[in-house]
Amino acid sequence: MAGISLKGVRKNFGATEVIKGIDLDIEQGEFVVLVGPSGCGKSTLLNLIAGLETLSAGDILIGGRTVNDVPPRDRDIAMVFQSYALYPTKTVRDNITFGMETRGVPKAAQAAALKEFAGLLQIDHLLDRKPGQLSGGQRQRVAMGRALVRKPEVFLFDEPLSNLDAKLRIEMRTEIKKLHQRLGKTVVYVTHDQIEAMTLASRIAVMDEGHIRQLADPETVYEDPVDLFVAGFMGSPPMNMLAGRLVRDGGMAVLCDDGPSQIRFPLPDRIAGRVAGSEGRDVVLGLRPETIFAAGTQLPGPDRFLFERPVVVDEPTGPDTMIVFEIGGQDLIARVRPKDARPPGAPFRFEVEMDRAKLFDARTGLRL
Amino acid sequence: MKQASGIVRPKGWWQTLQRLFLFAVLGLFCIYYLVPLFVMVSTSLKSLAEIREGTLLAPPRAINGEAWAKAWSTACVGVRCNGLAPYFMNSVLMVVPAVLISTFLGALNGYALTKWRFRGADMIFALMLFGAFIPFQVILLPMARTLGELGLAGTIPGLVFVHTVYGLAFTTLFFRNFFIGVSDGIVQAAQIDGAGFFGIFFRIVLPMSIPAIVVTVIWQFTQIWNDFLFGIAFTVGESNPVTVALNNVVNTSTGVKEYNVDMAAAIIAALPTLAVYVLAGAWFVRGLSAGAVKG
Repeated sequence: MAGISLKGVRKNFGATEVIKGIDLDIEQGEFVVLVGPSGCGKSTLLNLIAGLETLSAGDILIGGRTVNDVPPRDRDIAMVFQSYALYPTKTVRDNITFGMETRGVPKAAQAAALKEFAGLLQIDHLLDRKPGQLSGGQRQRVAMGRALVRKPEVFLFDEPLSNLDAKLRIEMRTEIKKLHQRLGKTVVYVTHDQIEAMTLASRIAVMDEGHIRQLADPETVYEDPVDLFVAGFMGSPPMNMLAGRLVRDGGMAVLCDDGPSQIRFPLPDRIAGRVAGSEGRDVVLGLRPETIFAAGTQLPGPDRFLFERPVVVDEPTGPDTMIVFEIGGQDLIARVRPKDARPPGAPFRFEVEMDRAKLFDARTGLRL
Repeated sequence: MKQASGIVRPKGWWQTLQRLFLFAVLGLFCIYYLVPLFVMVSTSLKSLAEIREGTLLAPPRAINGEAWAKAWSTACVGVRCNGLAPYFMNSVLMVVPAVLISTFLGALNGYALTKWRFRGADMIFALMLFGAFIPFQVILLPMARTLGELGLAGTIPGLVFVHTVYGLAFTTLFFRNFFIGVSDGIVQAAQIDGAGFFGIFFRIVLPMSIPAIVVTVIWQFTQIWNDFLFGIAFTVGESNPVTVALNNVVNTSTGVKEYNVDMAAAIIAALPTLAVYVLAGAWFVRGLSAGAVKG
């Protein structure tokens, strides 16, 4: 029984409002990722939950208990820091047991817990070393061990993987997910890396300027973003954003300037129905790179749209090749199979899955 | 060292000439600085008769420890002829508590000012820093009155008090600047681990600050041991520190000016700071390399 509830949480630093009224309910055992660009308030929000910052307004409940005035050590939480924050003068063993020692856990229980988690994290051979003698990945494991060993109800992670190299990051990501499945404890995890958010979360909270823009499971955040910000933040390479105007032409369509001429993207009925009657409205058409591919290379489906553009740049990534092309002076990215790629300058026939297109109001940025 | 030898330098007779010139100048300065010390040591080991020959720069013909023994135990300081020994002890009794207390309080101040930020912390630090720039002479009279009120006038504890208060500005500055570079995350982690203000200070922060402690101890020891003004202003006769006693040894004349005893006394008075520098210096280097832990 240790979900977390945030009710109208606000935080000011002097005159600057960093958290502007956040309501969030996290169920027991959930893995919630707070994601957003730097300065969006995600780390501050985590520190508020940890009790490392004092609330300006609102309430925080952990396991049904209001903890506004409860110091960090009494909140039944553990935290993993971006900098690892290991105690440099203590050995790995003492780093891990320090928390139990300050709480007066008996020596035998300390040793048992240390043994259990040192084995789990594969750091048992490092116990007598100092943090300075460890590699980045090992330090990361020790920091995790220090958090795990106390068996708290809630784990807080503050960008724990951002100091690791790419390969190790993916390894540790999987490991964190395994640990969560195994222990089933509530996790709040802060990252600026949207891939980490997608892979780890049971629910993602996309934050911007002190607000939660969208709170949903990864698939919904990716496929059903509420606004331009969420759509642009999630996904790599990012979603193509094409400015245009709604027109009626048989069905509804988006008309985009393309140099001297224009290009019309017909909207599928599902979207067209929602915007019927608002011809002339300025909109932004969002097309994810994977919904644009070489014509005829995927199984046919409804609402496909074909057009031809010269290749500007091709960027092989291994499994896929990114083809950059232009519409109206704006760079767009298509994701094609490597064998379909063409050299720069060559004409290329693209096929768009309009069924997966997103439409946004150009003025408010909200999804239509 | 490792890196310095790795940098590629131009070669040729002109470069060699430049380096020779460089080392010649450095050597000259070295001699310039070392000659007074050499004269002091060699004079202290000569007999009075040999000194009177006027061969100031010549080494002693025979090593003669009499002047040292006399300076230590029988030289006259004013009317008492017990040598420097009792005053040396006074200085030790003064410097040890004063250094320990001021270093400890400085560490505590620096920790509180950087890791437990409170409203006005910067203001308080600025005011404390200001204390480092107050000339000694300005506080002589008010301090004398304060010591009188406290009943500490003319005593060694009184001197300890003065040096502790006056040293706080410096020790706080040293530790504050050290702790500002220590990651806040470490303190936050310790808070979540359940340690309190003093628990974090003694068990996490203080063991990390050995380099800062060593720098502060060297600085404070040198300042307090070498102080003359507070010593002569706030102590009388038997409670004089060694610096004041040294002055009195040199100024107490019994007909003959015993240069060898004066020199021996001066070296005795200067030895402890030298010793602290050498001993703590080794620790200092070790502390630096042990502290070089990222994150």
